[in-house]
Amino acid sequence: MKTLEEFVALFAEQFDDTDASEITAATEFKDLDEWSSLIALSIIAMADEEFDVALKGADVRDASTVEDLYKVICGKM
Amino acid sequence: MAFLEFKNVRIAGIAAGVPKNTISNYTLKQGIDISSDYTPEAFVETTGVKERRCSDTLCTSDLCYAAAEKLIAELNWDKSEIEALVFVSQTADYFLPATACILQDRLRLSKECYAEDVALGCSGWVYGLSNVASLVSTGAIKKALLLAGDAKKRAQMKRDPLFGDAGTATAIEYAPGNAGFRFHFGTDGSGYDAIIAPDGGSRNQVTVDSFALNDFGGKMMHRLQTHMKGMDVFSFGITTAPKSVKKLGDRFGFDYLDYDYFIFHQANMKMNNQIVKKLKLDTEKVPSCMYQFGNTSSASIPLTIVSQLKGKFENKPTKIICCGFGVGLSWGTVAFETNSIIIPTLVEVLDEEADKDHVI
Repeated sequence: MKTLEEFVALFAEQFDDTDASEITAATEFKDLDEWSSLIALSIIAMADEEFDVALKGADVRDASTVEDLYKVICGKM
Repeated sequence: MAFLEFKNVRIAGIAAGVPKNTISNYTLKQGIDISSDYTPEAFVETTGVKERRCSDTLCTSDLCYAAAEKLIAELNWDKSEIEALVFVSQTADYFLPATACILQDRLRLSKECYAEDVALGCSGWVYGLSNVASLVSTGAIKKALLLAGDAKKRAQMKRDPLFGDAGTATAIEYAPGNAGFRFHFGTDGSGYDAIIAPDGGSRNQVTVDSFALNDFGGKMMHRLQTHMKGMDVFSFGITTAPKSVKKLGDRFGFDYLDYDYFIFHQANMKMNNQIVKKLKLDTEKVPSCMYQFGNTSSASIPLTIVSQLKGKFENKPTKIICCGFGVGLSWGTVAFETNSIIIPTLVEVLDEEADKDHVI
């Protein structure tokens, strides 16, 4: 089981133009300039690869911080 | 576990028909055809769809008909020997009757013909193949056609630049001693609304309100249009397709990596790249035609074979795995081997070639 810190790092890897230092557990990720539906797909793919969890669109929509999404993934494992 | 095996049956040939009219996605208008967040170049880069074929006149059956005529001619099949026709589509000519019946007449097949429609989308070619293979494998019926695709919709609507029109024909024949087909199938109807056209069936009948435009995920759509939850479909595709391929190999005791070609339904380049990565496939073994034709629903697998593999495999032993997945949610994977198959060149269909006899 990956820690929250590891999840935050994996989450930040999905962005090309946003510096990893800008992303923390408390970041409200949909407010980031680079956030897009395409990044959302990358996050879903990462959750599948790293956690073997299938996130739904609603899971991403309902989460506001990176930590919220981590909790959703933990709940599905 | 929905595994099936049908022996003594083979694919004799595959043809595909598309409208001659090509639409480029580099000329899409921001905020009209696509979201204002994307330039046309960014849209093409993200989705992988450079152009697609569209007609406001041709129905799916017109494209399948043109493909079937070409295929029957190149196979030199006697039409009187074709005793089954399965039409797979979500864009039938009419609500009633089944389009397979119209195609039996239009193709001048014998009245001694088993004909049915299958209302599936992206998984449909694999499902249709299992239907036809099951009919032919005993030898009771020796020649059959599987016609699959999607084209003009049942109401006027703005075209989604991800999708293109195509109709295909697959000829299946009794072949004693042939190893035939091995299938895996699955269904998850809890995802029924991941891809759905809400109105026009009997649950929600058509009313004037069906045509009212509502905001759906930033796009204005009416309720006869297909509504898709993109993230849910993406998540479904990247998890389900690789599992289905692996399950098929496990069940029948083969290593899927030994296969020569993997033809996946293509809905979105990012999803397909992820599937290839998860299965650790050599990308050279995974042809794609999405850049040229967009998402063509149940036509995508046979259209990829026709447009990308013609000239590469027809007369040598070739092991192929095909996997379709999507609306339903529904998925199917098939493994088979060919060593002699007829692949006519892509048929380009003009609007004037639309059916004129079965019009009321």
